[in-house]
Amino acid sequence: MRSLNFIKTRFFSSPIDAFLTLSISYLIYLTIPPFINWVLIDATFYGETKKDCIDGGACWVFIKIWFTKLLYGLYPSEEIWRINFAFAILIISIVIYKYLNQKLKKYLFLFLVIPFPIFSLVLFSGGVFGLSPVDTREWGGLFLTLVISIFAIIFCFPIGILLAMGRRSNLPVIKYFSIGFIEFWRGVPLITVLFMAGVMFPLLLPSGTNLDKLVRVIIAITLFEAAYMAEVVRGGLQAVGRGQYDASKAIGMGYWKSHIFIILPQALKLVIPGIANTFIALFKDTPLVFVVGLLEILGMVNLAKTNPYWLGMATEGYVFVAFVYWIFCFAMSRYSLSIEKKLKITN
Amino acid sequence: MKFLIIIKRGKMKNIIKAICSFSILALVLTACGDSSKKASTLDATKKQGFVKCGVSQGVPGFSNADASGNWTGIDVDVCRAVAAAVLGDASKVKYTGLSAKERFTALQAGEIDILSRNTTWTLERDASIGLTFVGVNFYDGQGFMVRKTSGLKSVNEFKNGVKVCTNLGTTTELNMADFFKSKSVKYEPVVFEKADEVVQAYDAGRCDTYTTDKSALAAQSTKMKDPTEHVVLPETISKEPLGPVVRQGDSKWEDVVRWSLNVFIEAEEYGVNSGNIDSMKDSKNPAIQRIVGAEGTKNGEALGLDNQWSYRIIKQVGNYGESYKRNLADTNIMPERGPNQLWTKGGILYVPPVR
Repeated sequence: MRSLNFIKTRFFSSPIDAFLTLSISYLIYLTIPPFINWVLIDATFYGETKKDCIDGGACWVFIKIWFTKLLYGLYPSEEIWRINFAFAILIISIVIYKYLNQKLKKYLFLFLVIPFPIFSLVLFSGGVFGLSPVDTREWGGLFLTLVISIFAIIFCFPIGILLAMGRRSNLPVIKYFSIGFIEFWRGVPLITVLFMAGVMFPLLLPSGTNLDKLVRVIIAITLFEAAYMAEVVRGGLQAVGRGQYDASKAIGMGYWKSHIFIILPQALKLVIPGIANTFIALFKDTPLVFVVGLLEILGMVNLAKTNPYWLGMATEGYVFVAFVYWIFCFAMSRYSLSIEKKLKITN
Repeated sequence: MKFLIIIKRGKMKNIIKAICSFSILALVLTACGDSSKKASTLDATKKQGFVKCGVSQGVPGFSNADASGNWTGIDVDVCRAVAAAVLGDASKVKYTGLSAKERFTALQAGEIDILSRNTTWTLERDASIGLTFVGVNFYDGQGFMVRKTSGLKSVNEFKNGVKVCTNLGTTTELNMADFFKSKSVKYEPVVFEKADEVVQAYDAGRCDTYTTDKSALAAQSTKMKDPTEHVVLPETISKEPLGPVVRQGDSKWEDVVRWSLNVFIEAEEYGVNSGNIDSMKDSKNPAIQRIVGAEGTKNGEALGLDNQWSYRIIKQVGNYGESYKRNLADTNIMPERGPNQLWTKGGILYVPPVR
């Protein structure tokens, strides 16, 4: 009886409500069951070729056969352990991070931000310590997506903070440089920036000199996202009360000291949702590197679905990529929420 | 005023220092660049031990990776042939997947040394952007696909108001406009950005016909619900000779790529293939002797290679016919060779003699 009442008050309390409930139910009925049918019930999971798939359902055989390529791109298969090794370290560090005391946490964090990226880059590209060299042109798949987004995130964050501080600075050179930088990068579309970095930039260099395309692309994305990050952080800096600045000055702190210990911790805490937003947007911007021929996960799907033996698998590929992106973006958003909650205790 | 204070503090010195060191760095980089510019591509390729080949990001039958990461396709085979000729091993190729937009700059900037990415040979591209087309490895052209139920047998039977599906912003769209204008037929274009969208729209019955390059038409039709319901009309409304491209001004390299392609095609003409090339060594036909690199042939030396260069191409990559069968016929992309048949068999594939 109670549940009937609940349904009545929540879904059928007025004619308009009743109409909305019914039409939305009908919409769900129209879309969800066919989708479930396609994804699960009529789908083919076993087999080796396109011919094993039954019409009318998804052909997950495609994803199964191409799975390693979608994850690692064209990275030589006997060297894939390097990628697994580096990401295993990363995941283990993140897991044990929770259980460490404050001091060890600091060391682990520093390790993850400075030596670890350098170490993994060396490991991925090889050419030293008896590791065979692997060209960045062979990097691809989800691995490349993560390399681009992790490096861009690590670099764009400090640059963004410096730009935000620079924009609020009293020194005109720094201030106008920061404003100019931010407004320039915010004013151009990312695809143009990537195109310039990937295609036009090598033409401006004297022939023979070459900066790796992946490096150029990461730099471009970093600078682009740093401009957005700067504006997010500036919002936080403005929200910190004037009193905090005065108080830190009063106890004899200089510009850097007061910013590092007093202002920034408060400002950054305020803008965690904005920062998470920027990172998620950055992650989702990475497929644009397709225009300069880098085959990240979406690029690999495009390559796979144009294989003569796998034509017509676009939908399966895109659904899979959407699912992967959703997992990562959702994880990022939950993580930022958990940080927010943790920091709220002191507030 | 603050800026002046900085100068007074002597920071200006630092700025000048920074600018100076930056310009010195730039100078050094320029110097390095100039010295390596003079090295010929052929020597550089021999030295680095691999051919730098620019391919597509996935065009069925032309250049594509399989699930184990190997590149295959008729365009890929051109690069493999060059690697076999120059380095003795067809697998010594480094592939760079390129988008259509960046392909020419990648070649000019030296990121790749051969562009083999179903690129149409046109006057503008050949003459104005510092590139040279070395030949044609596939004669493509724009065609129309219709439903069998429509009963259309020729492009001349299109009526006013015909709905045409095609890709946005390509030469395909312009060719289509020219064609219908010349026939004075009023048509209704239905354009999409991606090939997949075009196919879906056509398959769903939103247009009466679907037009794009014939090689793509057949490949795209495999995505349709029932490919056997559709038929490609016999006429071709545009010329799309596709071929490999190299940088202008390095004629040694240009020759190597051109003749690797030519011998690849000529071998089919003389019936030399990867299976029978070893037995062909005893042939009395001088043309075949030249291909298998028998005693006394000097073709390789003239190109700056050894005289077994053509033998290796055929042995490792096969001849053009084998490549066509492997990549385009067996995969059902273009089962009929059409114009890509040898001139001796009714096609237009004709290469200068390898001698």
